[in-house]
Amino acid sequence: MTPPDANVFSETPLVRRKRREEALAKWIFCAMSALMILPLVLIIGYLFERAWPSLSLGFLLEVPTRGMRAGGVWPAFVGTIYLVFLSLAVSAPIGILAAVYLNEYARDNWLNRLINLAVINLAGVPSIVHALFGLGAFVYAARFGYSIISASLTLAIMTLPVIIASTREALASVPRSFREACWNVGATRWQTIRSVVLPNAISGILTGVILQVSRAAGETAPIMFTGAVFFKAVQKGDLFPYSLHDQCMALSMHLYTLSTQVPDVQESIPFATAVVLLGSVLLVNAAAIALRVYLRSRKKW
Amino acid sequence: MSAPEKHIEVRDLRLNYGPREVIHGISFDVYRNEIFGIIGPAQSGKTSLLRCLNRTIDFTPEARVQGTIRLDGRDVRQDANVYALRRKVGMVAPLPVGLPLSIYDNVAFAPRCAGMTRKSELDVIVEQCLRQAALWDEVKDRLNSLGTKLSGGQQQRLTIARALSHQPEILCLDEFSIAIDPVTTMRIEDVLRTLRQDMTIILVTNLTQQARRLADRTLFLWNGEVVELDRSEVIFSDRPGNRKTYDYVNGIFG
Repeated sequence: MTPPDANVFSETPLVRRKRREEALAKWIFCAMSALMILPLVLIIGYLFERAWPSLSLGFLLEVPTRGMRAGGVWPAFVGTIYLVFLSLAVSAPIGILAAVYLNEYARDNWLNRLINLAVINLAGVPSIVHALFGLGAFVYAARFGYSIISASLTLAIMTLPVIIASTREALASVPRSFREACWNVGATRWQTIRSVVLPNAISGILTGVILQVSRAAGETAPIMFTGAVFFKAVQKGDLFPYSLHDQCMALSMHLYTLSTQVPDVQESIPFATAVVLLGSVLLVNAAAIALRVYLRSRKKW
Repeated sequence: MSAPEKHIEVRDLRLNYGPREVIHGISFDVYRNEIFGIIGPAQSGKTSLLRCLNRTIDFTPEARVQGTIRLDGRDVRQDANVYALRRKVGMVAPLPVGLPLSIYDNVAFAPRCAGMTRKSELDVIVEQCLRQAALWDEVKDRLNSLGTKLSGGQQQRLTIARALSHQPEILCLDEFSIAIDPVTTMRIEDVLRTLRQDMTIILVTNLTQQARRLADRTLFLWNGEVVELDRSEVIFSDRPGNRKTYDYVNGIFG
């Protein structure tokens, strides 16, 4: 004999409809997510296919020859590394320390809100405007001239607001109860930050900083206005070809000039340049992901 | 019995969060080495009161405190060394907070903040506090594993060990048992009965039975006002001084 409420578990039209809707929703969301892969695969595939004739280790290490129509990208590659590291060496400490102040010390008053507003707006300023500012402020007013230092500082100002925002987010993700527990036993704010807050926010902070590498490496306008040049004579494989007050070549700028300014360039060379740029950025991002996975595996709560 | 010695004196304590007043000028004394229970429904100002006592209320910018709290006759709000004050007052929060440090470092944190660096001294404090909190036997073999990986009840005892690590004169427990099982609760209650020989204990609790079991005197706080303060036998008797107390204790509040 079946119990009286056995049919509670049988399928009703409503249940069938809900199940159909559930399946449909799942497929739509899944398809949209899968769509994300497509552009990336297409871009990388296209670039590699076009760049194939020029790709070799030599292309990375050679200097350009015959008016950029042959040779490699070494000076531009080194120039990009210079610019990225110098700009982050300036913006990361300032940004992280500012974010610590804003998140841990500052009261929620008009000044804090004004700073917040400034950070958001600074992040929204187009890079060409940063370029113009860098030209006025660093090249002319500060008399750094067209140089690596001017270009790096311009990039630093451009990356600063995003670093502040991502650092604040990382700090805010550390539960407030940890801070209160520290304060309760007589720790100062700084003791609390040093021993509990920073060690647990560091993975988020580093991720935010490293993601700015790709932005600094990819931007053309700010460096074009302030310190990147079309050509600079450099020895093959020279690791330190530039001084701070020199102008330098950079991959993004190099790609731009090859594609628009130089006639009769072998078609694969700009594409190979793009592959080098994309490859180095993806390499840095991969390093960021690896670092995050490592730090998260040591996450302590 | 000689007259009990006042350890904490609260006079006309008034607390505002912005325009909202949450404690409306209350006064009471806590005697040395007693277990002082505070009962009352949510939003009655119990936690805020504790935060005034160790001045962690300072971290809430919109809070404004008036009146005086004297600890051994010294006004806590005039006390220049707020960190020493907080070390005098051990505080245990409702939810266990294991800091994301090793068990050892959790307990050694406060002494280190106070400037103690010698490993031999820290070892003694860590063992003593973990023993006092009835946790030592369970963790003595893994002092270097993470405090956050302990179970809820163990973390709460770790929190108590941390609160004891700075050798407080007053131990405040804010609803310490809401996140832990009855067996652990009983063990901690036993611990408290031992600890009262060395310190004054303020026990904020939602469990009126717990206050009845432990507290010598109990204060019934309601909407930021003292309804009644008396010996626990009176508060939890059939005839407390106030009808509201009887209703609350017996669950016919409304």
